Amino acid sequence: MKKELIGVYTIWLRDIKRYFRDKPRIVGSLAQPILFLFVLGTGIASSLSTFGGGSGKDFLSFMFPGIVGMTVLFTSFFSAMSIVWDREFGFLREVLVTPISRTSIVVGKLLGGSTIAMIQGSIILLLSPLLKIPITFAIFFKVLVIIFLVAITISAMGIVLASVIKSMQAFQVITNFLLMPMFFLSGALFPLNDTVKWMKVVSRINPLSYGIDAMRTIILNNPDLQLYPLWLDIVVLVSVTVVMSILGAVLFSRQD
Amino acid sequence: MNDINTNNIIEVKNLVKEFKGLRAVDDITFSVKENEIFGFLGPNGAGKTTTINIICTLLSKTSGEVTLCGHNVTRERNKIRNCIGMVFQDPSLDDKLTALENLYFHGLLYNIPRRTLKERSEEVLKIVNLTSRKNNLVMTYSGGMKRRLEIARGLLHYPKILFLDEPTLGLDPQTRNKIWDYIIKLKKNKNITIFLTSHYMEETEICDRIAIIDEGKIIALDTPDNLKNTIGGDIITILSEENVKLKKYIKEITGSDVQDAKDGKIRFEIKDSSIFIPKFIKNSPVKILSISARKPTLNDVFLDLTGREIREENASARDNIRSRMMGRMRH
Repeated sequence: MKKELIGVYTIWLRDIKRYFRDKPRIVGSLAQPILFLFVLGTGIASSLSTFGGGSGKDFLSFMFPGIVGMTVLFTSFFSAMSIVWDREFGFLREVLVTPISRTSIVVGKLLGGSTIAMIQGSIILLLSPLLKIPITFAIFFKVLVIIFLVAITISAMGIVLASVIKSMQAFQVITNFLLMPMFFLSGALFPLNDTVKWMKVVSRINPLSYGIDAMRTIILNNPDLQLYPLWLDIVVLVSVTVVMSILGAVLFSRQD
Repeated sequence: MNDINTNNIIEVKNLVKEFKGLRAVDDITFSVKENEIFGFLGPNGAGKTTTINIICTLLSKTSGEVTLCGHNVTRERNKIRNCIGMVFQDPSLDDKLTALENLYFHGLLYNIPRRTLKERSEEVLKIVNLTSRKNNLVMTYSGGMKRRLEIARGLLHYPKILFLDEPTLGLDPQTRNKIWDYIIKLKKNKNITIFLTSHYMEETEICDRIAIIDEGKIIALDTPDNLKNTIGGDIITILSEENVKLKKYIKEITGSDVQDAKDGKIRFEIKDSSIFIPKFIKNSPVKILSISARKPTLNDVFLDLTGREIREENASARDNIRSRMMGRMRH
Protein backbone atom coordinates (compact mmCIF):
# COMPACT_ATOMS: atom_id res chain seq x y z
CA MET A 1 0.00 0.00 0.00
CA LYS A 2 2.76 2.43 0.95
CA LYS A 3 4.53 1.51 -2.25
CA GLU A 4 1.45 2.41 -4.29
CA LEU A 5 1.08 5.75 -2.51
CA ILE A 6 4.69 6.57 -3.34
CA GLY A 7 3.87 5.62 -6.94
CA VAL A 8 0.90 8.02 -7.00
CA TYR A 9 3.08 10.73 -5.49
CA THR A 10 5.86 10.16 -8.03
CA ILE A 11 3.53 10.44 -11.03
CA TRP A 12 1.91 13.54 -9.50
CA LEU A 13 5.22 15.19 -8.64
CA ARG A 14 6.56 14.65 -12.12
CA ASP A 15 3.56 16.43 -13.67
CA ILE A 16 3.89 19.34 -11.27
CA LYS A 17 7.65 19.69 -11.84
CA ARG A 18 7.16 19.66 -15.56
CA TYR A 19 4.40 22.24 -15.29
CA PHE A 20 6.46 24.77 -13.37
CA ARG A 21 9.45 24.22 -15.60
CA ASP A 22 7.50 24.91 -18.77
CA LYS A 23 7.03 28.67 -18.57
CA PRO A 24 5.84 29.12 -22.17
CA ARG A 25 3.10 26.58 -21.48
CA ILE A 26 1.91 28.46 -18.40
CA VAL A 27 1.78 31.76 -20.25
CA GLY A 28 0.22 30.15 -23.33
CA SER A 29 -2.52 28.39 -21.44
CA LEU A 30 -3.47 31.57 -19.60
CA ALA A 31 -3.50 33.66 -22.77
CA GLN A 32 -6.55 31.88 -24.15
CA PRO A 33 -8.94 32.47 -21.24
CA ILE A 34 -7.78 36.05 -20.87
CA LEU A 35 -8.41 36.64 -24.55
CA PHE A 36 -11.86 35.09 -24.29
CA LEU A 37 -12.74 37.09 -21.24
CA PHE A 38 -11.46 40.54 -22.13
CA VAL A 39 -11.70 40.58 -25.92
CA LEU A 40 -14.55 38.24 -26.84
CA GLY A 41 -16.42 38.95 -23.60
CA THR A 42 -16.17 42.71 -23.87
CA GLY A 43 -17.13 42.54 -27.54
CA ILE A 44 -20.22 40.46 -26.90
CA ALA A 45 -21.17 42.60 -23.93
CA SER A 46 -21.16 45.77 -26.02
CA SER A 47 -23.04 44.07 -28.85
CA LEU A 48 -25.68 43.02 -26.34
CA SER A 49 -26.36 46.64 -25.53
CA THR A 50 -26.70 47.34 -29.26
CA PHE A 51 -29.09 44.48 -30.05
CA GLY A 52 -30.78 43.68 -26.83
CA GLY A 53 -31.36 47.10 -25.43
CA GLY A 54 -29.92 46.12 -22.05
CA SER A 55 -26.66 47.41 -20.73
CA GLY A 56 -24.71 44.17 -21.36
CA LYS A 57 -22.71 45.03 -18.28
CA ASP A 58 -23.73 41.87 -16.45
CA PHE A 59 -22.61 39.67 -19.30
CA LEU A 60 -18.96 39.76 -18.30
CA SER A 61 -19.78 38.59 -14.80
CA PHE A 62 -21.99 35.89 -16.31
CA MET A 63 -19.16 34.73 -18.54
CA PHE A 64 -16.50 34.79 -15.83
CA PRO A 65 -17.32 31.42 -14.18
CA GLY A 66 -17.61 29.97 -17.68
CA ILE A 67 -14.06 31.04 -18.50
CA VAL A 68 -12.79 29.50 -15.28
CA GLY A 69 -14.56 26.31 -16.40
CA MET A 70 -12.99 26.55 -19.85
CA THR A 71 -9.51 26.85 -18.35
CA VAL A 72 -10.11 23.79 -16.22
CA LEU A 73 -11.58 21.85 -19.15
CA PHE A 74 -8.65 22.37 -21.49
CA THR A 75 -5.92 22.10 -18.87
CA SER A 76 -7.08 18.85 -17.37
CA PHE A 77 -8.06 17.28 -20.66
CA PHE A 78 -4.71 17.89 -22.34
CA SER A 79 -2.83 16.83 -19.26
CA ALA A 80 -4.65 13.50 -19.26
CA MET A 81 -4.33 13.01 -22.99
CA SER A 82 -0.56 13.36 -22.74
CA ILE A 83 -0.74 9.74 -21.61
CA VAL A 84 -1.19 8.79 -25.27
CA TRP A 85 2.30 9.71 -26.37
CA ASP A 86 3.93 9.46 -22.99
CA ARG A 87 3.05 5.77 -22.95
CA GLU A 88 4.40 5.04 -26.42
CA PHE A 89 7.46 7.25 -26.57
CA GLY A 90 8.00 8.75 -23.18
CA PHE A 91 8.64 8.41 -19.53
CA LEU A 92 5.40 6.56 -18.90
CA ARG A 93 6.61 3.59 -20.91
CA GLU A 94 9.32 3.20 -18.33
CA VAL A 95 6.85 3.54 -15.48
CA LEU A 96 4.84 0.68 -16.95
CA VAL A 97 7.65 -1.83 -16.23
CA THR A 98 8.09 -0.68 -12.63
CA PRO A 99 6.27 -2.56 -9.88
CA ILE A 100 3.58 0.13 -9.58
CA SER A 101 0.00 -0.82 -10.39
CA ARG A 102 -1.74 0.75 -13.36
CA THR A 103 -4.36 2.10 -11.00
CA SER A 104 -1.76 4.11 -9.10
CA ILE A 105 -0.50 5.55 -12.37
CA VAL A 106 -4.04 6.64 -13.26
CA VAL A 107 -4.65 8.13 -9.81
CA GLY A 108 -1.34 10.01 -9.94
CA LYS A 109 -2.17 11.32 -13.38
CA LEU A 110 -5.68 12.40 -12.28
CA LEU A 111 -4.28 14.25 -9.28
CA GLY A 112 -1.49 15.82 -11.33
CA GLY A 113 -3.89 17.06 -14.00
CA SER A 114 -6.32 18.45 -11.46
CA THR A 115 -3.64 20.15 -9.39
CA ILE A 116 -2.45 21.99 -12.49
CA ALA A 117 -6.06 22.81 -13.42
CA MET A 118 -6.62 24.18 -9.90
CA ILE A 119 -3.56 26.40 -10.20
CA GLN A 120 -4.63 27.70 -13.60
CA GLY A 121 -8.24 28.15 -12.45
CA SER A 122 -7.07 30.06 -9.37
CA ILE A 123 -5.08 32.46 -11.51
CA ILE A 124 -8.20 33.24 -13.54
CA LEU A 125 -10.22 33.60 -10.33
CA LEU A 126 -7.72 36.17 -9.12
CA LEU A 127 -8.62 38.34 -12.11
CA SER A 128 -12.08 38.88 -10.64
CA PRO A 129 -11.35 42.36 -9.22
CA LEU A 130 -10.73 43.56 -12.78
CA LEU A 131 -14.35 42.66 -13.56
CA LYS A 132 -15.56 44.07 -10.25
CA ILE A 133 -16.77 40.65 -9.09
CA PRO A 134 -16.38 40.38 -5.33
CA ILE A 135 -14.72 37.09 -4.36
CA THR A 136 -14.21 36.32 -0.70
CA PHE A 137 -11.90 33.63 0.67
CA ALA A 138 -14.91 31.41 1.32
CA ILE A 139 -16.08 31.71 -2.28
CA PHE A 140 -12.57 31.12 -3.54
CA PHE A 141 -12.19 27.85 -1.67
CA LYS A 142 -15.68 26.63 -2.54
CA VAL A 143 -14.94 27.26 -6.20
CA LEU A 144 -11.64 25.45 -5.79
CA VAL A 145 -13.51 22.35 -4.63
CA ILE A 146 -15.74 22.49 -7.71
CA ILE A 147 -12.68 23.01 -9.92
CA PHE A 148 -11.14 19.92 -8.37
CA LEU A 149 -14.24 17.83 -9.11
CA VAL A 150 -14.52 19.10 -12.67
CA ALA A 151 -10.80 18.58 -13.26
CA ILE A 152 -10.89 14.99 -12.02
CA THR A 153 -13.94 14.24 -14.17
CA ILE A 154 -12.39 15.70 -17.30
CA SER A 155 -8.97 14.10 -16.63
CA ALA A 156 -10.63 10.72 -16.12
CA MET A 157 -12.54 11.22 -19.36
CA GLY A 158 -9.24 12.01 -21.07
CA ILE A 159 -7.68 8.82 -19.71
CA VAL A 160 -10.68 6.74 -20.83
CA LEU A 161 -10.29 8.17 -24.34
CA ALA A 162 -6.51 7.82 -24.27
CA SER A 163 -6.86 4.14 -23.34
CA VAL A 164 -9.14 3.55 -26.29
CA ILE A 165 -7.69 5.60 -29.12
CA LYS A 166 -3.87 5.53 -28.92
CA SER A 167 -3.10 7.65 -31.98
CA MET A 168 -2.32 11.30 -32.49
CA GLN A 169 -4.66 11.74 -35.45
CA ALA A 170 -7.68 10.68 -33.46
CA PHE A 171 -6.61 13.18 -30.84
CA GLN A 172 -7.30 16.11 -33.20
CA VAL A 173 -10.69 14.67 -34.08
CA ILE A 174 -11.61 14.40 -30.42
CA THR A 175 -10.58 17.97 -29.74
CA ASN A 176 -12.85 19.24 -32.50
CA PHE A 177 -15.81 16.92 -32.09
CA LEU A 178 -15.91 16.47 -28.34
CA LEU A 179 -14.01 19.15 -26.48
CA MET A 180 -15.27 22.20 -28.39
CA PRO A 181 -18.94 21.07 -28.34
CA MET A 182 -18.58 20.31 -24.62
CA PHE A 183 -17.34 23.84 -24.10
CA PHE A 184 -20.00 25.53 -26.26
CA LEU A 185 -22.84 23.50 -24.76
CA SER A 186 -21.82 23.96 -21.16
CA GLY A 187 -23.43 27.32 -20.53
CA ALA A 188 -20.00 28.92 -20.33
CA LEU A 189 -20.66 31.56 -22.98
CA PHE A 190 -24.45 31.90 -23.02
CA PRO A 191 -27.27 30.99 -20.64
CA LEU A 192 -28.89 27.63 -21.26
CA ASN A 193 -32.21 28.57 -19.59
CA ASP A 194 -33.83 30.09 -22.64
CA THR A 195 -32.03 28.44 -25.51
CA VAL A 196 -33.46 25.95 -28.06
CA LYS A 197 -34.66 22.56 -26.93
CA TRP A 198 -31.90 20.33 -28.36
CA MET A 199 -29.20 22.42 -26.77
CA LYS A 200 -30.84 22.07 -23.40
CA VAL A 201 -31.03 18.31 -23.84
CA VAL A 202 -27.40 17.99 -24.88
CA SER A 203 -26.22 20.26 -22.10
CA ARG A 204 -27.91 18.00 -19.60
CA ILE A 205 -25.59 15.09 -20.46
CA ASN A 206 -22.57 17.36 -20.43
CA PRO A 207 -20.81 17.10 -17.06
CA LEU A 208 -19.16 20.46 -17.63
CA SER A 209 -22.53 22.29 -17.52
CA TYR A 210 -23.00 21.10 -13.94
CA GLY A 211 -19.52 22.28 -13.01
CA ILE A 212 -19.97 25.68 -14.54
CA ASP A 213 -23.46 25.98 -13.07
CA ALA A 214 -22.04 25.24 -9.63
CA MET A 215 -19.24 27.78 -10.02
CA ARG A 216 -21.68 30.40 -11.26
CA THR A 217 -24.02 29.77 -8.33
CA ILE A 218 -21.15 30.12 -5.86
CA ILE A 219 -19.54 33.16 -7.47
CA LEU A 220 -22.59 35.20 -8.56
CA ASN A 221 -25.27 33.84 -6.24
CA ASN A 222 -27.96 34.91 -8.71
CA PRO A 223 -30.97 32.51 -8.83
CA ASP A 224 -31.96 33.80 -12.30
CA LEU A 225 -28.78 32.42 -13.80
CA GLN A 226 -28.88 29.13 -11.93
CA LEU A 227 -29.80 25.94 -13.84
CA TYR A 228 -29.88 23.33 -11.10
CA PRO A 229 -29.69 23.42 -7.33
CA LEU A 230 -26.11 23.38 -6.05
CA TRP A 231 -26.53 20.00 -4.36
CA LEU A 232 -27.62 18.45 -7.66
CA ASP A 233 -24.57 19.88 -9.43
CA ILE A 234 -22.31 18.34 -6.80
CA VAL A 235 -24.08 14.97 -6.82
CA VAL A 236 -23.80 14.76 -10.62
CA LEU A 237 -20.13 15.82 -10.58
CA VAL A 238 -19.17 13.37 -7.86
CA SER A 239 -20.98 10.48 -9.58
CA VAL A 240 -19.47 11.18 -12.99
CA THR A 241 -16.05 11.55 -11.34
CA VAL A 242 -16.32 8.18 -9.65
CA VAL A 243 -17.62 6.38 -12.74
CA MET A 244 -15.09 7.96 -15.09
CA SER A 245 -12.16 7.33 -12.72
CA ILE A 246 -13.03 3.66 -12.31
CA LEU A 247 -13.56 3.27 -16.04
CA GLY A 248 -10.26 5.03 -16.71
CA ALA A 249 -8.37 2.78 -14.29
CA VAL A 250 -9.95 -0.37 -15.74
CA LEU A 251 -9.35 0.56 -19.36
CA PHE A 252 -5.82 1.75 -18.72
CA SER A 253 -4.91 -1.47 -16.90
CA ARG A 254 -6.06 -3.59 -19.82
CA GLN A 255 -3.17 -5.27 -21.60
CA ASP A 256 -2.76 -5.55 -25.37
CA MET B 1 32.81 -21.30 -20.70
CA ASN B 2 32.34 -19.29 -17.56
CA ASP B 3 28.99 -20.86 -16.83
CA ILE B 4 29.62 -22.78 -13.67
CA ASN B 5 26.14 -21.90 -12.64
CA THR B 6 23.82 -23.24 -15.30
CA ASN B 7 20.59 -22.07 -13.74
CA ASN B 8 18.16 -20.77 -16.30
CA ILE B 9 17.01 -17.30 -15.32
CA ILE B 10 14.61 -16.93 -18.25
CA GLU B 11 12.62 -19.81 -19.66
CA VAL B 12 10.39 -19.42 -22.68
CA LYS B 13 8.36 -22.36 -23.93
CA ASN B 14 6.27 -22.42 -27.11
CA LEU B 15 5.60 -18.71 -26.96
CA VAL B 16 3.08 -17.40 -29.50
CA LYS B 17 1.83 -13.86 -30.01
CA GLU B 18 -0.78 -12.99 -32.59
CA PHE B 19 -1.92 -9.52 -33.60
CA LYS B 20 -5.19 -9.65 -35.52
CA GLY B 21 -4.29 -12.77 -37.47
CA LEU B 22 -0.61 -11.92 -37.83
CA ARG B 23 1.80 -14.23 -36.02
CA ALA B 24 4.46 -11.87 -34.71
CA VAL B 25 6.02 -14.55 -32.51
CA ASP B 26 5.60 -18.05 -33.81
CA ASP B 27 6.11 -20.82 -31.27
CA ILE B 28 9.56 -19.98 -29.91
CA THR B 29 11.36 -21.87 -27.14
CA PHE B 30 14.63 -20.84 -25.52
CA SER B 31 16.25 -20.23 -22.17
CA VAL B 32 18.77 -17.73 -20.84
CA LYS B 33 21.37 -18.73 -18.27
CA GLU B 34 22.22 -16.69 -15.24
CA ASN B 35 24.97 -14.08 -15.79
CA GLU B 36 25.28 -14.52 -19.51
CA ILE B 37 24.84 -11.98 -22.28
CA PHE B 38 22.12 -13.33 -24.48
CA GLY B 39 21.44 -11.75 -27.85
CA PHE B 40 18.37 -11.69 -30.00
CA LEU B 41 19.44 -11.07 -33.53
CA GLY B 42 17.23 -10.47 -36.53
CA PRO B 43 15.87 -7.93 -39.00
CA ASN B 44 13.32 -5.27 -38.09
CA GLY B 45 9.90 -6.79 -37.65
CA ALA B 46 11.27 -10.27 -36.86
CA GLY B 47 9.54 -10.30 -33.49
CA LYS B 48 12.40 -9.25 -31.21
CA THR B 49 10.69 -6.32 -29.49
CA THR B 50 7.40 -8.21 -29.24
CA THR B 51 9.16 -11.06 -27.45
CA ILE B 52 10.97 -8.69 -25.11
CA ASN B 53 7.74 -6.85 -24.32
CA ILE B 54 6.06 -10.11 -23.39
CA ILE B 55 8.97 -11.20 -21.20
CA CYS B 56 9.03 -7.88 -19.34
CA THR B 57 5.25 -7.89 -18.73
CA LEU B 58 4.28 -5.07 -21.10
CA LEU B 59 2.38 -7.26 -23.51
CA SER B 60 0.18 -10.29 -22.97
CA LYS B 61 0.95 -13.50 -24.83
CA THR B 62 -1.40 -15.51 -26.98
CA SER B 63 -0.08 -18.85 -25.68
CA GLY B 64 3.00 -20.50 -24.21
CA GLU B 65 4.93 -20.36 -20.95
CA VAL B 66 7.31 -17.64 -19.80
CA THR B 67 9.17 -17.70 -16.48
CA LEU B 68 11.70 -15.16 -15.15
CA CYS B 69 13.69 -15.76 -11.98
CA GLY B 70 11.17 -18.49 -11.28
CA HIS B 71 8.16 -16.18 -11.56
CA ASN B 72 5.33 -16.66 -14.01
CA VAL B 73 4.94 -13.78 -16.42
CA THR B 74 1.15 -13.76 -16.37
CA ARG B 75 0.50 -14.34 -12.68
CA GLU B 76 3.45 -12.65 -10.95
CA ARG B 77 4.00 -9.48 -12.91
CA ASN B 78 5.09 -7.31 -10.01
CA LYS B 79 7.68 -9.82 -8.83
CA ILE B 80 9.11 -9.88 -12.32
CA ARG B 81 9.06 -6.09 -12.61
CA ASN B 82 11.11 -5.91 -9.45
CA CYS B 83 13.90 -8.02 -10.84
CA ILE B 84 14.28 -6.55 -14.31
CA GLY B 85 15.78 -3.36 -15.70
CA MET B 86 14.76 -2.09 -19.08
CA VAL B 87 16.29 0.06 -21.79
CA PHE B 88 13.76 0.62 -24.53
CA GLN B 89 14.28 1.08 -28.23
CA ASP B 90 12.65 4.51 -28.03
CA PRO B 91 13.92 7.04 -25.51
CA SER B 92 11.80 6.91 -22.38
CA LEU B 93 13.41 9.66 -20.31
CA ASP B 94 11.62 12.77 -19.22
CA ASP B 95 13.63 15.40 -21.03
CA LYS B 96 12.24 18.29 -19.00
CA LEU B 97 13.87 16.78 -15.92
CA THR B 98 17.57 16.53 -15.07
CA ALA B 99 19.47 13.24 -15.10
CA LEU B 100 19.39 13.07 -11.31
CA GLU B 101 15.66 13.76 -11.22
CA ASN B 102 15.00 11.03 -13.75
CA LEU B 103 16.93 8.63 -11.55
CA TYR B 104 15.19 9.93 -8.43
CA PHE B 105 11.72 9.27 -9.85
CA HIS B 106 12.79 5.85 -11.02
CA GLY B 107 14.14 5.02 -7.57
CA LEU B 108 10.93 6.16 -5.87
CA LEU B 109 8.91 3.85 -8.09
CA TYR B 110 11.10 0.94 -7.00
CA ASN B 111 10.76 1.96 -3.38
CA ILE B 112 14.48 2.53 -2.84
CA PRO B 113 15.07 4.42 0.44
CA ARG B 114 16.18 8.01 -0.18
CA ARG B 115 19.66 7.76 1.28
CA THR B 116 20.47 4.58 -0.65
CA LEU B 117 18.96 6.17 -3.72
CA LYS B 118 21.37 9.07 -3.59
CA GLU B 119 24.41 6.83 -3.29
CA ARG B 120 23.24 4.52 -6.01
CA SER B 121 22.45 7.37 -8.39
CA GLU B 122 26.02 8.56 -8.09
CA GLU B 123 27.26 5.02 -8.57
CA VAL B 124 25.33 4.31 -11.77
CA LEU B 125 26.08 7.74 -13.22
CA LYS B 126 29.74 6.98 -12.71
CA ILE B 127 29.45 3.69 -14.57
CA VAL B 128 28.19 5.50 -17.67
CA ASN B 129 30.42 8.59 -17.22
CA LEU B 130 27.66 11.13 -16.75
CA THR B 131 28.53 12.43 -13.31
CA SER B 132 29.57 15.86 -14.57
CA ARG B 133 26.26 16.37 -16.37
CA LYS B 134 23.96 15.03 -13.68
CA ASN B 135 22.22 18.35 -13.02
CA ASN B 136 21.56 19.19 -16.67
CA LEU B 137 18.15 18.80 -18.24
CA VAL B 138 17.97 15.67 -20.36
CA MET B 139 16.83 17.77 -23.32
CA THR B 140 20.38 19.10 -23.59
CA TYR B 141 21.81 15.57 -23.92
CA SER B 142 23.01 13.95 -27.14
CA GLY B 143 21.51 10.67 -28.31
CA GLY B 144 24.40 8.67 -26.91
CA MET B 145 24.22 10.38 -23.53
CA LYS B 146 20.50 9.72 -23.30
CA ARG B 147 21.08 6.06 -24.01
CA ARG B 148 23.80 5.90 -21.37
CA LEU B 149 21.51 7.55 -18.85
CA GLU B 150 18.85 4.98 -19.66
CA ILE B 151 21.33 2.20 -19.03
CA ALA B 152 22.22 3.84 -15.71
CA ARG B 153 18.56 4.07 -14.83
CA GLY B 154 18.00 0.45 -15.78
CA LEU B 155 20.70 -0.51 -13.27
CA LEU B 156 19.55 1.71 -10.41
CA HIS B 157 17.38 -0.85 -8.63
CA TYR B 158 20.02 -3.59 -9.01
CA PRO B 159 18.01 -5.79 -11.34
CA LYS B 160 18.93 -9.41 -11.91
CA ILE B 161 18.29 -9.06 -15.63
CA LEU B 162 18.90 -6.01 -17.79
CA PHE B 163 17.00 -5.83 -21.08
CA LEU B 164 18.46 -3.72 -23.84
CA ASP B 165 16.23 -3.37 -26.89
CA GLU B 166 18.37 -2.16 -29.80
CA PRO B 167 20.63 -0.16 -27.46
CA THR B 168 22.66 1.35 -30.31
CA LEU B 169 19.85 2.17 -32.73
CA GLY B 170 20.24 5.61 -34.26
CA LEU B 171 23.66 6.28 -32.74
CA ASP B 172 26.85 7.05 -34.63
CA PRO B 173 29.49 4.26 -34.89
CA GLN B 174 31.81 5.77 -32.29
CA THR B 175 29.04 6.12 -29.72
CA ARG B 176 27.86 2.64 -30.55
CA ASN B 177 31.26 1.22 -29.70
CA LYS B 178 31.24 3.11 -26.42
CA ILE B 179 27.85 1.70 -25.46
CA TRP B 180 29.12 -1.82 -26.07
CA ASP B 181 32.17 -1.06 -23.94
CA TYR B 182 29.86 -0.11 -21.08
CA ILE B 183 27.88 -3.29 -21.53
CA ILE B 184 31.00 -5.47 -21.48
CA LYS B 185 32.24 -3.60 -18.40
CA LEU B 186 28.91 -4.21 -16.71
CA LYS B 187 29.08 -7.90 -17.26
CA LYS B 188 32.58 -8.00 -15.79
CA ASN B 189 31.79 -5.95 -12.69
CA LYS B 190 28.23 -6.89 -11.81
CA ASN B 191 26.41 -10.11 -11.35
CA ILE B 192 23.86 -9.42 -13.98
CA THR B 193 22.22 -11.21 -16.87
CA ILE B 194 21.95 -9.13 -20.01
CA PHE B 195 19.33 -9.77 -22.67
CA LEU B 196 19.78 -7.64 -25.74
CA THR B 197 18.38 -7.34 -29.22
CA SER B 198 20.03 -5.88 -32.27
CA HIS B 199 19.89 -5.97 -35.99
CA TYR B 200 23.51 -4.95 -36.32
CA MET B 201 25.08 -8.36 -36.79
CA GLU B 202 28.66 -7.45 -35.93
CA GLU B 203 27.71 -5.89 -32.63
CA THR B 204 26.16 -8.97 -31.13
CA GLU B 205 29.47 -10.81 -31.19
CA ILE B 206 30.00 -9.79 -27.56
CA CYS B 207 27.14 -12.10 -26.60
CA ASP B 208 27.78 -15.44 -24.95
CA ARG B 209 24.94 -16.93 -26.93
CA ILE B 210 22.81 -15.65 -29.78
CA ALA B 211 19.38 -16.60 -31.01
CA ILE B 212 18.83 -15.67 -34.64
CA ILE B 213 15.20 -14.81 -35.16
CA ASP B 214 13.38 -14.31 -38.44
CA GLU B 215 9.67 -13.98 -39.16
CA GLY B 216 8.79 -14.80 -35.59
CA LYS B 217 10.82 -18.02 -35.40
CA ILE B 218 14.19 -18.83 -33.88
CA ILE B 219 16.22 -20.28 -36.74
CA ALA B 220 19.50 -20.80 -34.88
CA LEU B 221 20.75 -20.58 -31.30
CA ASP B 222 24.39 -20.99 -30.29
CA THR B 223 27.58 -19.16 -29.37
CA PRO B 224 28.81 -16.68 -32.00
CA ASP B 225 31.79 -18.90 -32.78
CA ASN B 226 29.75 -22.02 -33.24
CA LEU B 227 27.31 -20.15 -35.44
CA LYS B 228 30.15 -18.92 -37.61
CA ASN B 229 31.61 -22.42 -37.76
CA THR B 230 28.43 -23.66 -39.42
CA ILE B 231 29.77 -21.84 -42.45
CA GLY B 232 32.29 -23.97 -44.28
CA GLY B 233 35.36 -21.76 -43.82
CA ASP B 234 36.17 -18.43 -45.45
CA ILE B 235 33.88 -16.36 -47.65
CA ILE B 236 35.22 -15.61 -51.11
CA THR B 237 33.71 -12.90 -53.28
CA ILE B 238 34.66 -12.62 -56.95
CA LEU B 239 33.97 -10.20 -59.75
CA SER B 240 34.57 -11.79 -63.12
CA GLU B 241 33.90 -11.26 -66.82
CA GLU B 242 31.64 -14.29 -67.12
CA ASN B 243 29.83 -15.27 -63.98
CA VAL B 244 27.82 -18.19 -65.38
CA LYS B 245 30.83 -20.02 -66.68
CA LEU B 246 32.84 -19.30 -63.56
CA LYS B 247 30.07 -20.52 -61.28
CA LYS B 248 30.01 -23.84 -63.09
CA TYR B 249 33.77 -24.13 -62.82
CA ILE B 250 33.83 -23.38 -59.09
CA LYS B 251 31.10 -25.90 -58.49
CA GLU B 252 33.21 -28.48 -60.31
CA ILE B 253 36.46 -27.92 -58.42
CA THR B 254 35.09 -27.23 -54.91
CA GLY B 255 31.70 -28.85 -54.80
CA SER B 256 30.28 -25.89 -52.85
CA ASP B 257 27.24 -23.79 -53.76
CA VAL B 258 27.91 -20.50 -55.48
CA GLN B 259 25.52 -17.63 -54.82
CA ASP B 260 25.00 -14.27 -56.44
CA ALA B 261 26.09 -11.37 -54.28
CA LYS B 262 25.79 -7.60 -54.52
CA ASP B 263 27.18 -5.56 -57.47
CA GLY B 264 27.27 -8.48 -59.91
CA LYS B 265 29.68 -10.46 -57.78
CA ILE B 266 29.44 -14.09 -56.83
CA ARG B 267 30.27 -15.60 -53.46
CA PHE B 268 31.03 -19.04 -52.06
CA GLU B 269 32.65 -20.66 -49.06
CA ILE B 270 35.95 -22.48 -48.93
CA LYS B 271 37.95 -24.14 -46.16
CA ASP B 272 41.40 -22.58 -46.58
CA SER B 273 41.37 -19.51 -48.76
CA SER B 274 45.10 -18.69 -48.59
CA ILE B 275 46.00 -21.90 -50.39
CA PHE B 276 42.95 -21.92 -52.66
CA ILE B 277 43.19 -18.41 -54.13
CA PRO B 278 46.60 -18.49 -55.91
CA LYS B 279 45.79 -21.88 -57.47
CA PHE B 280 42.35 -20.69 -58.45
CA ILE B 281 43.52 -17.52 -60.19
CA LYS B 282 46.12 -19.45 -62.17
CA ASN B 283 43.66 -22.04 -63.43
CA SER B 284 40.47 -20.02 -63.84
CA PRO B 285 38.93 -20.29 -67.34
CA VAL B 286 37.47 -16.78 -66.96
CA LYS B 287 39.28 -13.51 -66.35
CA ILE B 288 39.02 -12.50 -62.69
CA LEU B 289 38.57 -8.76 -62.13
CA SER B 290 38.67 -8.82 -58.36
CA ILE B 291 38.75 -11.36 -55.60
CA SER B 292 38.49 -11.07 -51.82
CA ALA B 293 38.46 -13.49 -48.96
CA ARG B 294 37.36 -12.93 -45.37
CA LYS B 295 36.37 -14.73 -42.22
CA PRO B 296 32.63 -15.36 -41.92
CA THR B 297 30.53 -12.93 -39.87
CA LEU B 298 27.14 -13.38 -38.27
CA ASN B 299 25.71 -11.59 -41.27
CA ASP B 300 26.91 -14.51 -43.40
CA VAL B 301 25.26 -16.91 -40.99
CA PHE B 302 21.98 -15.08 -41.40
CA LEU B 303 22.40 -15.01 -45.17
CA ASP B 304 23.17 -18.70 -45.13
CA LEU B 305 20.09 -19.54 -43.07
CA THR B 306 17.55 -17.30 -44.79
CA GLY B 307 18.97 -16.49 -48.21
CA ARG B 308 18.56 -12.79 -47.37
CA GLU B 309 20.78 -10.17 -45.86
CA ILE B 310 19.70 -8.22 -42.84
CA ARG B 311 19.11 -4.73 -44.04
CA GLU B 312 17.36 -1.61 -42.91
CA GLU B 313 13.77 -2.02 -43.88
CA ASN B 314 11.57 0.84 -45.00
CA ALA B 315 10.24 2.93 -42.17
CA SER B 316 7.04 1.39 -40.90
CA ALA B 317 3.86 3.32 -40.27
CA ARG B 318 4.71 3.31 -36.58
CA ASP B 319 8.11 4.84 -37.24
CA ASN B 320 6.43 7.55 -39.26
CA ILE B 321 4.03 8.36 -36.48
CA ARG B 322 6.92 8.32 -34.09
CA SER B 323 9.00 10.83 -36.01
CA ARG B 324 6.00 13.07 -36.48
CA MET B 325 5.21 12.99 -32.80
CA MET B 326 8.78 13.68 -31.85
CA GLY B 327 8.62 16.73 -34.09
CA ARG B 328 5.46 17.85 -32.41
CA MET B 329 6.83 17.40 -28.94
CA ARG B 330 9.83 19.56 -29.66
CA HIS B 331 7.70 22.70 -29.96
